[in-house]
Amino acid sequence: MIPLTHILILSALLFSIGVLGVMLRRNVIVIFMSIELMLNAVNLSFIGFARSLDSMTGVVFIFFIIVVAAAEAVVGLSIILAIYRTRKSLNIDDFNLLRW
Amino acid sequence: MLILFYLFATISVICALGVLFMKNPFHCALMLVGTFFCLGGIYVMLNAEFVAVIQVLVYAGAIMVLFLFVLMLLSTNEPSQVAVKWDVGKMLAVVVTLGIFTQVASVFSDGSMMLGEKGAYPLEKIEEIGSITLIGQLLFTEYVLPFEIISILLLVAVIGAVVIAKRRFN
Repeated sequence: MIPLTHILILSALLFSIGVLGVMLRRNVIVIFMSIELMLNAVNLSFIGFARSLDSMTGVVFIFFIIVVAAAEAVVGLSIILAIYRTRKSLNIDDFNLLRW
Repeated sequence: MLILFYLFATISVICALGVLFMKNPFHCALMLVGTFFCLGGIYVMLNAEFVAVIQVLVYAGAIMVLFLFVLMLLSTNEPSQVAVKWDVGKMLAVVVTLGIFTQVASVFSDGSMMLGEKGAYPLEKIEEIGSITLIGQLLFTEYVLPFEIISILLLVAVIGAVVIAKRRFN
């Protein structure tokens, strides 16, 4: 039996790396990958809690989270495609058309 | 068992750091696939086989292939520069993230998260019925409304992706 604390620490570590990726990298697709990493870290803590509390709710929620992540990836990547057509760049600093 | 967990955990953290520090976005994507595989292994050890299969099929398969497709479609011929350009703001970001991590880890490690009511599905029951059967039963009884809503969300995402990414002709 894996201790819950270790799973949660691993989850926190992966989440922090994802946060760092969003804040440090400038390539918009790598930022997107970091967001996927954060979602996975949350999934891991969901499974850890579900196992240690003898519940199935966490597992069902992961199902929903994965579907939402897939939808998010599809819409986000198509937005990136659309912006790339006008800006010809993948650098997040060039995506300032909504900035005031 | 525990050794295997530590092995998977170490590899997944190393791969996640690879996503953070690789220069080439393609390498980042491959590192992310490594992280997903290791997390799938951990899910198997936590008796969630269905989630592990979905993790590999949907995440490491479908979503990452989508990322690679978009990367190839948009392959810019920019010279590969450094992965992270360090300045004061980036240093501050690292400090803030370390703060977040220590905060979350200290809450997680004091053991108060173990408190809570035990649910209705102990390990013996899951092994007796089977985790996939249980998830299916729950999805079509207790969680049938979220299940329907999520199908509408998928439909909206498909239509939205086509509309947004379509080339417009004047």
